[in-house]
Amino acid sequence: MNSSSILTQLIVGLSRTMILFIVSSGMSLILGVLRIPNVAHGSFYMIGAFLSYTITSFLGEGSYSFWLGITLAPIIVGLIGFFLERGFFSYLYEREHLMLLLLTFGFASILGDLVKLTWGAEYRTMNTPAFLQGSADFFGLPIPNYNLFLLLIGPVIAIILWFIFNKTKFGKIARAAAVDKEMVSAVGINVNLIFSLTFVFGCLLAGLGGALIAPIVNISLGMDHSLIMEVFLIVIIGGLGNIWGALLGSLIFGITQSFGILIWPQFGIIFPYLAVVIVLLIRPRGLLSSTW
Amino acid sequence: MVKRTVLFILIFSFLAVLPLFMPRFYVYLISIILLTGLLATSLNLAIGYCGIYQFHHAIFYGLGAYGSTLMITKTNVSPFIAFIVGPIVALLFSLLIGLICLRLTKLYFGMLQISLGSLIWAIVYRWYSFTGGDDGIHGIPVPEVFANIKGSYYFTLIIVSISIFILYRIVNSPFGKTIQGIRDNPIRTVSIGVNIDVHKLVVLMIAGFFGGVSGMLFVVVDNAVFPDMMFWTHSLEILIMTLLGGMYTFWGPFIGAVIIVSLRTYLGSVTQYWPMILGIILIFVIIFLPQGIYGLIEDFIKGNAHNARS
Repeated sequence: MNSSSILTQLIVGLSRTMILFIVSSGMSLILGVLRIPNVAHGSFYMIGAFLSYTITSFLGEGSYSFWLGITLAPIIVGLIGFFLERGFFSYLYEREHLMLLLLTFGFASILGDLVKLTWGAEYRTMNTPAFLQGSADFFGLPIPNYNLFLLLIGPVIAIILWFIFNKTKFGKIARAAAVDKEMVSAVGINVNLIFSLTFVFGCLLAGLGGALIAPIVNISLGMDHSLIMEVFLIVIIGGLGNIWGALLGSLIFGITQSFGILIWPQFGIIFPYLAVVIVLLIRPRGLLSSTW
Repeated sequence: MVKRTVLFILIFSFLAVLPLFMPRFYVYLISIILLTGLLATSLNLAIGYCGIYQFHHAIFYGLGAYGSTLMITKTNVSPFIAFIVGPIVALLFSLLIGLICLRLTKLYFGMLQISLGSLIWAIVYRWYSFTGGDDGIHGIPVPEVFANIKGSYYFTLIIVSISIFILYRIVNSPFGKTIQGIRDNPIRTVSIGVNIDVHKLVVLMIAGFFGGVSGMLFVVVDNAVFPDMMFWTHSLEILIMTLLGGMYTFWGPFIGAVIIVSLRTYLGSVTQYWPMILGIILIFVIIFLPQGIYGLIEDFIKGNAHNARS
C-alpha cells in the first residue's frame, strides 16, 4: 500500500460518495417530509441508468446526447414518481411504516420486472462522453476525467439542494410540512401539492444518480437491490431527513467501501456495514439532527 | 377446544399419510412449505405479537442452516447434535443482536438489525474457505435416514408440529398476553411492573431459535445452504407471508407461507415475472386486506357467530 494507491482509492471513494449522496439525499427528502421509507427508490435509480443508456445510444455520439441523457432520464423518472404518488402513496400516508415499507417493496418488485420487460435481462454498458474521456494528471497519477466530473457535480447538487430548501418558498414550506403537517395545512397551504412535489423531486434525484453512474458501471437488473440497502443505512446514520446527514453518511460509506477493498480485498464489503453499526451504537439516532 | 384438537389431529394424520401416495416432488414441496410456515410463525411472534420491527428475520434462518451445516462438514460430531447446534447458534446471535438493537425502537430498531444482519451476510458471502462464499455448500452429508425424501419429510413434519405447538402454548400463556400488552401499550405495561426489555429480548430469542430450527430443517430437506437465504429480500418475503396470512393471528403466517411458497413454485415454473406478481399481490393485500387472509376468515366466522346469537 503506497501513497499513490491511497490517493487513487480516495478519488474512487469520493466519486462513489457523490453518487450515493445524490441518491440518498432524494431518499432523505422523501423520508423526512413524507415519512415514507421508500424501497422503490432503488428502482428509480435503476430506471434512471437504463433511460440514460437508451437516450444516449439513441442520439448517438456527441456531448449533447450525454447532457440530454442526464437531464431527460431524471425528468422521466420524476414523472413515473408523480403518477405513483398521486395514484397510490397519497392515500396511504397515515399507515404505519412497516406497511409503507412493504408497499414500496411491492412497487420495487413491479418496477424491477417492468425494467426486465422493457430492456431484457442482459446487462448494458455505455461509453463516457467524448469530452470526459481520458484522464487528468494529478500529482503524477492518472485520474479518470469522469471521476473528476462526479467530484464536481456532487457539491453542485448539494449547493442547489441547500438553496432550494433554505432560500425558496417551496423549500421552507416543505421543511415546515415535515415538522407539522396539520399546522401547515391550517394556514391555507396545499400540503398535498407540496408532498407530491417533494416526492417527485426525490425521484428526480434518484434518476439523476442512476444516469450519472451509468457510464462507469454495468447497467444491470439487480443494481436496485444492491444500492437501496446502502442508501437506507446512509440516511439512518446521517439522521432522517437531514440532507447534510446524507452527505456525511455517504462520505462514511464511500470512503470505508473503497479503503476496505484496499486494506482487505476479500472482506472489503463488510467495512461499510461495520461503520454503520459503530455509528449507530454511539449515536443511535444518527449523526446529525433528524427532522423526525 | 375439543373440536380444534380433533381438527389438528385430522390435519396431522392427513399430512402423515400424504407421502405414501404422492410423487417425490410434492413431498419435497410440502416439506419446504412446512418449514417456511414455521419460519413465518416464529417471525410473527416478534412482529405481530410483540410489535418489534424484526426486519431481518432471515438472518436467523440462515444462521440455523449454516450452524448445522458447518458442524456437519467441519467437525466429526453426530449430525443429530449438529441439528441442535444450528438453532442454538441462531439463539445466541439473536441474544447478541437483541442486546445491541433493543436500545432503539420501531424503524430505528429495524434498520440497526438490518445493518447487523447485512454484516453477517457479507461475512458469509465472502468467507469462501469457511462458508463456501456466494456458492454456498451443496450436497451436505446428512444421515442415511434423510437420503430418502420421506425420511426428511417425516422429520420436518414432527419437528414443525412440536415447534408450532410450543409457539402456540407460548402465545396463549401469561407471557404471551404480557408481550401483547407491550405491543399495544408499552407505557402502561411498564407501570404495572413488567420489565419490557427483558420480555422483548426473550421474544427475540424464541423467534430467533425457531427461525434457526426452520433453517436447520431446510438443510435436512434440501442438503444445501447458500447466502441468499439470509439476504434482506428474503426477510421481506417472510414478512410478506406474515402480512398476507394475517399478522395478528396465530395461524395466519402459516397460511401465508402455504400460499406464497405454492404460488412461487407454480408460477416460477411458468413465468419469469414472479416478483411482479408478488408485488401486485402485496399491494392488493396492503390496500384492501390489511388484516390478512386468516384475519378475514376469522372476522367472517365471528361475524356469523355473532349474527347467529343475536
